Amino acid sequence: MIDVTHISKSYGSTCAVQDISFRVARGEVVGFLGPNGAGKSTTIRMLTCFIPADTGSASIDGYDVHTDSIEVRRRIGYLPENNPLYMDMGVLEYLRFCAGMRTLFSQQRARSVRRVVELCGLGPMSAKTIGELSKGFRQRLGLAQALIHDPPILILDEPTIGLDPHQIIGMRTLIRDIGREKTVILSSHILPEVAATCNRVLIMSKGRIAGSGTPAELSAMARSGQEILAGIRGERERIEAVLGGLPFIVAFTHLTETDGLHRYSLRSESAEDVRERIFKAAVDNGWSLAELQRTTINLEEVFLDLTTREAI
Amino acid sequence: MSTTGTIFRRELNGYFSSPVAYIVILAFLGVTHWLFFRTFFLANQSSLRPFFSLLPWIFLFLGPALTMRAWAEEKKLGTLEVLMTFPVREREAVLAKFLAAFTFLVITLGLTLSLPLTVMAVGSPDPGPMWGGYLGACLLGGAYLAIGLFASSLTENQIVAFILAITVCFVLLVIGEDIVLFSLPAALVPLCAWLGLGAHFESIGRGVIDSRDILYYLSVIVFFLFLNQLALESRKWR
Repeated sequence: MIDVTHISKSYGSTCAVQDISFRVARGEVVGFLGPNGAGKSTTIRMLTCFIPADTGSASIDGYDVHTDSIEVRRRIGYLPENNPLYMDMGVLEYLRFCAGMRTLFSQQRARSVRRVVELCGLGPMSAKTIGELSKGFRQRLGLAQALIHDPPILILDEPTIGLDPHQIIGMRTLIRDIGREKTVILSSHILPEVAATCNRVLIMSKGRIAGSGTPAELSAMARSGQEILAGIRGERERIEAVLGGLPFIVAFTHLTETDGLHRYSLRSESAEDVRERIFKAAVDNGWSLAELQRTTINLEEVFLDLTTREAI
Repeated sequence: MSTTGTIFRRELNGYFSSPVAYIVILAFLGVTHWLFFRTFFLANQSSLRPFFSLLPWIFLFLGPALTMRAWAEEKKLGTLEVLMTFPVREREAVLAKFLAAFTFLVITLGLTLSLPLTVMAVGSPDPGPMWGGYLGACLLGGAYLAIGLFASSLTENQIVAFILAITVCFVLLVIGEDIVLFSLPAALVPLCAWLGLGAHFESIGRGVIDSRDILYYLSVIVFFLFLNQLALESRKWR
């Protein structure tokens, strides 16, 4: 449905997007995840035909974004970053305008406006001017704008930015519902957001795709490594000799020592939980264990890991 | 109905829903009526000549004031991104904004019809210069609006757009005036005399409607609307 091959874009001497390729199948909900300045918005703007790519090509439903831009734009509903709106227009007036821009007129227009007002819960606000709306309702209005022509593809740039937690949950539910029947691309720099809404995540960093997979895959990839925090009372040299001999521990670091209690951070590459085996080793050696805690590396760390790897 | 029509209606509604438009109309009518009637009864001439001789100078402020917001605000708010990702071509959006501003200008100008009605009530003016004057005013106003829209598409700042538009309009207005032509090298004189916005207005205002004058204004309008379109498309240049 969306096919991007080797697109690049620079602004002057800064390279915003470098040689990105990806595909999005019909019905997928894909998240672009990355820190600010990673090239998410630039990629999105190239897909929505607002700016062209310097090199490479992208097509949507078989239409090239450069040569068939009008056809591409017909198929996309787009909520830009920061959700720009005409503050002095009325809510319904704005939606009617958007419907007109999608060449929906008379009855069709009235129907589309009613549909998105209901879908986005804008009913109580329909008599207001946009400037009077709260941030949450403005965001819903932006989404309503993107949905007015019932597009097969929805592209949302940072749809939950600036919302309070309650509104964020509402927005996510809305996106998930919409994602059941549409192809959705959304960008975010907040992990739980994409984990909660997307089937697939593309992690972007410095204008490149640093990694991709389903949220579950990314966590599994991370979980193949685990970190165990252990507090062991015993003789330090002996503990370290034994730990060094355990086959499932690949590395350990001595963290602190308080009153003979040594705290270690142990790293294992085993997929299973190794805490019991550590416990056994402690019993065998006659140590006492004060703490034993496992932290699986979550998506947040994968993200940090993937996006900072180059910098280190 | 088309996307052009949709933008046109939004823009025109925008003019009438903002208090600024009414203030601009009131100020325009106040100034024109005051300046006209101040000398009308003294001069004892049933003609609109004093009104039409002032109009290029009053329009110099009115045109840029009406258009300064058109693109600058869209750029500043970021709504340009929403607008240009709708399935609409740049030239359609430019045309729609121009037609909306032009319609507003014609309506404003229509409100000065009280002047010819007064003149006709108290005397018997020559109708040729009067209606010619109105036609010229529409064309001259259209040229100012096209320049104003272009200026607005170059910046995010409305004040910058306003000043820039006034400057360009002013230069084009005075370039054909005798006092400027005297100081120019002889080779440039015919060109500048032809380019001046004012001379064509005066010629239409004499009641002699020459297709060359009309063609001149239409070319100026099309030229600046085309520059406006290029300015919008410049974000897409590779």
